[in-house]
Amino acid sequence: MADDETVLDTLLLYNLNEKNQYSVFSPGCNTQVPVFDPTMKKKKKKKVDLNLDDEGAGEEAPVAEVTEKVEDLGLDDLDFGKKKKKKKKTDDEDSAEAAVASAEGGEGGDDEDFKMSDLSALPSKKKKKKKKDIDLGDLDDIAAGDEPEADTKEEKTRVGSGLPWDGTTRDYHYEEILGRIFGMLRANNPELAGEKHKTILKPPEVLREGTKKTVFVNFMELCKAMHRQPDHVMGYLHAELGTSGSLDGQQRLIMKGRFTPKVFEGILRRYVNEYVICNMCKSTDTLLVREQRLFILRCQQCGASRSVQAIKTGFVAQVGRRKRA
Amino acid sequence: MSDLESLDQLQTGGFDPFADAEADDQAAGEYIHVRVQQRNGRKSLTTVQGIQESFDYKKVLKAFKKQFCCNGTVVEDVELGKVIQLQGDQRKNVHQFLVQEGIVKNKDLIKIHGF
Repeated sequence: MADDETVLDTLLLYNLNEKNQYSVFSPGCNTQVPVFDPTMKKKKKKKVDLNLDDEGAGEEAPVAEVTEKVEDLGLDDLDFGKKKKKKKKTDDEDSAEAAVASAEGGEGGDDEDFKMSDLSALPSKKKKKKKKDIDLGDLDDIAAGDEPEADTKEEKTRVGSGLPWDGTTRDYHYEEILGRIFGMLRANNPELAGEKHKTILKPPEVLREGTKKTVFVNFMELCKAMHRQPDHVMGYLHAELGTSGSLDGQQRLIMKGRFTPKVFEGILRRYVNEYVICNMCKSTDTLLVREQRLFILRCQQCGASRSVQAIKTGFVAQVGRRKRA
Repeated sequence: MSDLESLDQLQTGGFDPFADAEADDQAAGEYIHVRVQQRNGRKSLTTVQGIQESFDYKKVLKAFKKQFCCNGTVVEDVELGKVIQLQGDQRKNVHQFLVQEGIVKNKDLIKIHGF
């Protein structure tokens, strides 16, 4: 929930800025709005009188006004009526949750970044306060949307910006605006959007060499992707599969025995779980260091460290011909 | 989200770090490793290492053999002690058997290696 809250704050911020400083962008907020720019500039002059009084107690009056206007215009699908709005809002919140759920990873720190751009509302505020903010934000949106004549011309001019409300005169839906702000956030500074950068490992490429050996072609590549010493990975593979093998001239791993790519995949997955992923923050940005004969896994993201088991081969049965004594 | 919240969870939430540690102490090194090794062709070999010494390996083996319809033997290893060897890929069977018969207390203590 914290995310769409902040989004709302940002939306609100735009409007506040328009109101107070006559500039669309706040200095702290570096999300560029090239698409929105012309309309915003134009609208804000007309809007001033409407907006000035919705800070405090004057909240109700403009709502009624706007409601009337909107109903006159026949845009009833937008639910600007007070009663309808309540319902719509909960719907919106639900859908916002769904929309944000994907972006809602372990980004506790994101609020921090939003805070600086946040003028009116603190991120730690409770639900009740938030509702009010939504109200204000919606109000402003409505205020922005109540001059459809002006909008029509403006919107006709910017066709092809790839936004869902392109070329139409309708007002924006909450989801669309939410999507837009996240789009911008992702485009301009992706680290704020709560996007977990996943380390995606390529599937292992495996060839058969003769009938009894298997060549792991992109072994080196995968080791580099995991930031692990090839020796260590190799040791693990050998221990798990109970075979032996070596690196060849082209840095491919040759294993004794027949194995399918799926086998390697499963083992590499286990390897990553055990020796790469940080247990605390699940990041893969970790270092494996050796301290006093112990392997310690240290996370570069959160600083947590844990000891990992040394690779043990365990019992390997005698397979094939016995060595002659 | 906040640090305080997570701290609270740490102290009071369902996870008690000490209970786990005690169990670990007891069970340290008591993992049962089940491994599969490839032989020639499609054949393979299952080794079961780390069953508690208090169990009679011969009897356990007998039960394995009977239930999985395979042959097997107890191998004496210099470092690892007794290890049960079974013919064929019996990993799943062994896992099931050990849990069902209560040879292992917690099924997390069984480690299956190999592909």
